[in-house]
Amino acid sequence: MAAGLKRLLLKISDINQRYAQPRIEMSKAVRLSLLALRVYLLFLVALLAYKFILLVG
Amino acid sequence: MNPLSKLYYRIRKIWKAIRLYLIIAGPGIVVMVADNDAGGITTYAATGAKYGYGLIWFLLILIPVAYYVQEMTVRLGAVTKRGHAEAIFDGFGAFWGWFSLVDLMILDWLTLVTEFIGMTAAMSIFGVAPWVTVLAVCLLMGVIVLHGRYWTWEKIALVFCALNLIYIPGAFIVNPSVHDILHEGLVPNFPGGFNGQLFFFLMANIGTTIAPWMLFFQQSAVVDKGMLEKDIPWGRFDTLLGSVITVVVAIFIVIVTGTVLRGVDIDSASQAAEHLMETSHWVGAFMAVGLFNAGLLGAICISLASSWAFGEIFGWAHSLNTNIREAPWFYASYFFTLITAGLVVLIPGAPLVVITLFVQVVAVTLLPAALVFLILLLNDKQTMGEYCNTARQNLIGGIIVAAIIVLSSLYGVSVLFPNLFQ
Repeated sequence: MAAGLKRLLLKISDINQRYAQPRIEMSKAVRLSLLALRVYLLFLVALLAYKFILLVG
Repeated sequence: MNPLSKLYYRIRKIWKAIRLYLIIAGPGIVVMVADNDAGGITTYAATGAKYGYGLIWFLLILIPVAYYVQEMTVRLGAVTKRGHAEAIFDGFGAFWGWFSLVDLMILDWLTLVTEFIGMTAAMSIFGVAPWVTVLAVCLLMGVIVLHGRYWTWEKIALVFCALNLIYIPGAFIVNPSVHDILHEGLVPNFPGGFNGQLFFFLMANIGTTIAPWMLFFQQSAVVDKGMLEKDIPWGRFDTLLGSVITVVVAIFIVIVTGTVLRGVDIDSASQAAEHLMETSHWVGAFMAVGLFNAGLLGAICISLASSWAFGEIFGWAHSLNTNIREAPWFYASYFFTLITAGLVVLIPGAPLVVITLFVQVVAVTLLPAALVFLILLLNDKQTMGEYCNTARQNLIGGIIVAAIIVLSSLYGVSVLFPNLFQ
């Protein structure tokens, strides 16, 4: 079990290294799109948190 | 050359083209028809019951919407020979890659649960116990994939796609007024005026037309099938045909419920089937069989979308052309998602309604990201070369993607806060 978990973590670390650098050229348009996505996702997380607070409250 | 010879050669040419298409056909039709899954059937049944034929024109608009989005996955898969998950990891790095992969896993699993809810509800109408349905579906899906051939899997999936057409004879049995369909359905209008509830239905229909798993599934299927750049025109045709079939089926569902159940509030397709049985046993039975088939087809594709994505990233063998010994992790993840999703439905008191609603919320976290990545990847000249998006494709794709993001997000928000659009 522990050995399996260790192998999995090693694999994940290997994947992180392999894809550490984005291959797509980070032009202004790409950067802006990714920034917009981050903002959008943060907004959704905030919305979900608000819903959770409403449900708990 | 005399006219008879000309005719002979023309027929031969057409027949050759059809034969070639039959070899390439598959991913586009399967993904599009599978899009009419249990949740989709419920949405269309409820739309027909609520607004009659009034929103058929809106469904027709969804043909180009679905086509333009899915066509991009055909090009991306055929050119890069990579699935969508791997393309995101490679193009945008590990952060966005993991975000997409984990989100896809959660979403696919939740959607799979909703497919099982649909299938068990459909078979309950015929008196089949839920555990029997879940067991039979898991066994059937095991048999379908364990042949070790993509070709076999695809042809079986196409048979289930053909069964999706069962709503068409159902619509003829209820004898709808063609005059009313043409006048109410084909002229763009907002039945009862544009209000919050109508907006909710429009959003729900958009939400069921493009789902995140479809992008991942079709691109991986194109790669697993071994499609090349030269096959892209046929892949496009396959996708277009699939989008037409899926909307035609949706329209016939709307016609059935719009004719028989107009004014009845429908919460699920199985409820619609039960109501329809009171009017016509056969139409109700067709609805129930269609619902089961839709859930099954959805389950077949969704569980594969997850396994392909996992295999691509973890470097496991991940092809239907491999057997269980060659690709143990690929099949293990396939059966794990399938069996656990099936078991959830059998748990007494499981929060199935919450799961069904939560699917929409999780979908809006993944869909915008997957669509934005798709457009950006299609603009990567270095990889896509001559298959890169043109300015026209970017304009059309951009407008469609923006519209889908806004509407599906509003749909997700409206699920969280049901009174927002009332």
